[in-house]
Amino acid sequence: MERSSDKVTFSVETPLKLSSGIDLAPVTMAYETYGTLNAERTNAVLVCHALTGDQYAASRHPITGKPGWWETIIGPGKPLDTDRYFIICPNVIGGCMGTTGPRETDPATGKPWGIRFPVITIADMVRGQAMLLDHLGIPDLFCAIGGSMGGMQVLQWASDYGDRVFAAAPIATAARHSAQNIAFHEVGRQAIMADPDWHGGEYLAHGTSPQKGLAVARMTAHITYLSEVALHRKFGRNLQDREALSFGFDADFQVESYLRHQGITFVDRFDANSYLYITRAMDYFDLAADHGGVLADAFKGTETRFCVISFTSDWLFPTVESRRIVQALNAVAADVSFVEIETDRGHDAFLLDEPEMFRTLRGFLQSAAEARGL
Amino acid sequence: MSGIVHRSERHDFRIISGMVSAGARVLDIGCGDGLLLDLLRREKQVRGRGIEIDQDEVGSAVARGLSVIQGDAEVYIADYPDGAFDYVILSQALQAMTDPRRMLEEMLRVGTRAIVSFPNFGYWKVRLHLLFKGTMPMTEALDEPWYATDNIHLCTIRDFVGLCDEMGVRIETAYTLNTRGRPRLTRSPRGHVNLTGEQAIFLLTRR
Repeated sequence: MERSSDKVTFSVETPLKLSSGIDLAPVTMAYETYGTLNAERTNAVLVCHALTGDQYAASRHPITGKPGWWETIIGPGKPLDTDRYFIICPNVIGGCMGTTGPRETDPATGKPWGIRFPVITIADMVRGQAMLLDHLGIPDLFCAIGGSMGGMQVLQWASDYGDRVFAAAPIATAARHSAQNIAFHEVGRQAIMADPDWHGGEYLAHGTSPQKGLAVARMTAHITYLSEVALHRKFGRNLQDREALSFGFDADFQVESYLRHQGITFVDRFDANSYLYITRAMDYFDLAADHGGVLADAFKGTETRFCVISFTSDWLFPTVESRRIVQALNAVAADVSFVEIETDRGHDAFLLDEPEMFRTLRGFLQSAAEARGL
Repeated sequence: MSGIVHRSERHDFRIISGMVSAGARVLDIGCGDGLLLDLLRREKQVRGRGIEIDQDEVGSAVARGLSVIQGDAEVYIADYPDGAFDYVILSQALQAMTDPRRMLEEMLRVGTRAIVSFPNFGYWKVRLHLLFKGTMPMTEALDEPWYATDNIHLCTIRDFVGLCDEMGVRIETAYTLNTRGRPRLTRSPRGHVNLTGEQAIFLLTRR
């Protein structure tokens, strides 16, 4: 599998026009690619990552050393077949793996942006990706695909750049962030901001990092990615490295120990301010609101083929949210498939080895590729 | 679905395919694994869509490259705008609907034409079974016992024609099938075919 790592910087002459009205420049986009772009430039697939994901979809992560987050799907002979498609996975605007975000330097001050970084939206992430495609000389995408926040980007792509997206696969996602999801995000942000090491967002200048707050944010979020059944199967009420309860506040239970581990490992690879910005972008996402409250209007006249996938035990982005998307697409007589996959693994199922998801995606991509003559 | 004739042995597909014009927009309700849509795609180059309640069947249909939505058609047909399709097909599933009349109305709202096929409860073997055995009839077209079948609104050809009359639905074409699956075009679906047809297939439009 041919793989490359790159980044591109857009100068002040070509600013990223943000939803907030601000022109952001210069902007750097860091990205990974897998496979080869064909001569006709028709086989590009954009992989959109989730909240705490990054461009290392099928590459070893430079900080953690772990395999890419979607290595199950990307590779030779896999649903996103790198012998056939050219896969591009960029790090989103506001991220912390090389793309412009709060950790990068504000050219006006020569210091890190911190929380002076402008608030960004899903639409801004997508505009940044479109600039990257322009730079790469890719007129349109064969497919835009992603789960969770990645799915939000896919929907935004289909809505804003319908004529540049031949096929779209939004997985375990929604056309708006629910009140419950905003509530969970707020808990995470408050945990970060309550950490004395956050220093009003200026922690880099203070040589600190709000690790405790960020770890708590991650622990809370992580619970929402799983299901009760999955947690119970994995841990039950089993005790961690002990025979009896300690009658204290050590991690008596395996599930506590697991969550602490999730929190601790996360702070090594993620920036706290990035977490604030990206969660905010998800909270602001409401595709219907951008179209006079009518979600179907976001997809009017669409020629894109859609494949919507949800999971039965996902309570963060439950099936009813996918149904809203499918209803809106039906209302505009769009070409849409929808499958609700039976699994007890919760929201995280889209990152796991889910044979039904693979079968569905394979069939969808195969027929779309035939229709496009790939 | 159990109780609905297995799609691999379906003789009505060929007749349905004959009713559909090339390149049409088609919605297949209760499309199963997409066998009919696949046939229509190959033979008639239709732009097909399907609704199917069973996840496994939907997975197979999508894996075939068909556009199929998982869900209860009686709920989700409401999402489609008026006249979105040239043909809406309900093959061997009318009798499993909780509200067949409303389904028929919806089919002719979202489609210009509706194609409906169902097992005829007025078929002579069915009548004799009930007459002589006194138990719920089981035939090739009705192949599940009464307690296990999804069929909740069985009807005869005469019943169906009556419903069409009541609803102001025009019967464009009607076929019956005998046990061996041999089709027969019916000039008047009101007469003896209610006795001789094991299954019936109707092409309907709004009057």
